[in-house]
Amino acid sequence: MVISIILKKIKSALTDLTPIILVIVFFQIFVLKKPFPEMGGILFGYLLVLAGLVLFVQGLEMSLFPIGESMAHALARKGSLFWLLTFSFLLGFSTTVAEPALIAVASEAGKIASKAGIIKPGEESLAKYALGLRISVAFSVGLAILVGVMRIIRGWPLHYLIIGGYVVVMLMTIIAPKEIIGLAYDAGGVTTSTITVPLVAALGVGLASSIKGRNPLVDGFGLIAFASLLPMIFVMGYGVIVFR
Amino acid sequence: MEFIDHFITILMATCRDVSPIIALIIFFQLLVLRETFHRPWRLLVGGVYVVIGLTLFLAGLEKALFPLGMIMADQLSDPAFIYGAGKMAADVDWKAYGWVYFFAAAIGFSTTIAEPSLIAVAHKAKDVSAGTISQMGLRIVVALGVAFGISLGTFRIVTGTPIYIYILIGYVIVIAQTLFAPKNIIPLAYDLGGVTTSTVTVPLVTALGLGLSVNVPGRNPALDGFGLIAFASLFPIITVMGYAQLMGWLAKRNIKKMEKKNAL
Repeated sequence: MVISIILKKIKSALTDLTPIILVIVFFQIFVLKKPFPEMGGILFGYLLVLAGLVLFVQGLEMSLFPIGESMAHALARKGSLFWLLTFSFLLGFSTTVAEPALIAVASEAGKIASKAGIIKPGEESLAKYALGLRISVAFSVGLAILVGVMRIIRGWPLHYLIIGGYVVVMLMTIIAPKEIIGLAYDAGGVTTSTITVPLVAALGVGLASSIKGRNPLVDGFGLIAFASLLPMIFVMGYGVIVFR
Repeated sequence: MEFIDHFITILMATCRDVSPIIALIIFFQLLVLRETFHRPWRLLVGGVYVVIGLTLFLAGLEKALFPLGMIMADQLSDPAFIYGAGKMAADVDWKAYGWVYFFAAAIGFSTTIAEPSLIAVAHKAKDVSAGTISQMGLRIVVALGVAFGISLGTFRIVTGTPIYIYILIGYVIVIAQTLFAPKNIIPLAYDLGGVTTSTVTVPLVTALGLGLSVNVPGRNPALDGFGLIAFASLFPIITVMGYAQLMGWLAKRNIKKMEKKNAL
């Protein structure tokens, strides 16, 4: 019983990773025609990633998912706008600060910025840069979820808000330092992955289904779109402050 | 020994990062909602899994996926591979990087098809549309958008053209499509843009971009290395709305055909 569940988890993590391995093996053997470098280390790392993913997803399903969903419903029932918005903001903020993909990209960005001489050399300023980046992305995701929840409550049309956001992104692109633009655009996509998506989707659909006059499946979507848009604006703003 | 030290460092960092989520949940559950925890031991064990899983994931990522992506991008964009051994290229010839574009598209497509959060959202979309949107069709459409986006993103790195031009044109297309696409697909299409890039795709694609920008002559990693994720988030929006428009158009044409048939 337990073993079959664990096997299922491992299988689903394997399906998540196998196509990538196939592409890499194809290119390495048939296109580049080279043996794999540091085969042992890569295989060991791959096993760690696989095991980590299995444990992580299992842990989320056991703890964070059920508690997150039940709290979204309980808050909607409670009917206090203040606590609902506070929860929305903090949910966006705390899931993003812990997002592994964001941590990975922020530290990689720190190394690049340090090499290019954009920030002072040394471990300390590198860590500070990466942390600042993560905090500004997390803050913007919190704000995005808050705005998205307000939209569901008030029934504002999504596309006006998104198009308005795109116009702001375009304007920020003009004043932001060149070094941060690519990174800022990336930050939008990075924030919304495996931890954030199901939690935020549960919040949106749960809310839309408990408010009269909202279509849960149509109004429930759109929170992730905000969470992808605002980080771009905030990271460019962070760049304006740090580099000038 | 070195690995264990590394592991413990990551473990400490992970504990610090997960603590705000735990604090948020405890605060709201006990002080705002005033409810007790349902099955507390299960929650605790799950929490430990999350922390250890995250640590293993990050450790493995630094050991395998980042360097692997770097090595692949490095070898594929190596001038010796692109222009043939012994020849020196005076200038960057974007036509010579065909395998790089193809690799980018293959990586984008393969990682997106297997993306669990995309599968979940596609399933919901099928329910929304009462079955008119096919789940696999939607996933393939999204994966094609990602594949095209990342491929175009590598083309941008090779040519060194500024990223904002592509993104701005992409936004103009998205805004134009928003005006004409069926209204109920719009929130879904916007969301799918953010859903496509997972914890596995992001490091691999970022590594590809950084590796490529280090290797192509005249590119600066800080300026050109990033931006692939942005392409992967933008183009699925366009392909999904395009798919909905195409389906709507085909349905209309079928209705017209039927009417013609009936009229005859």
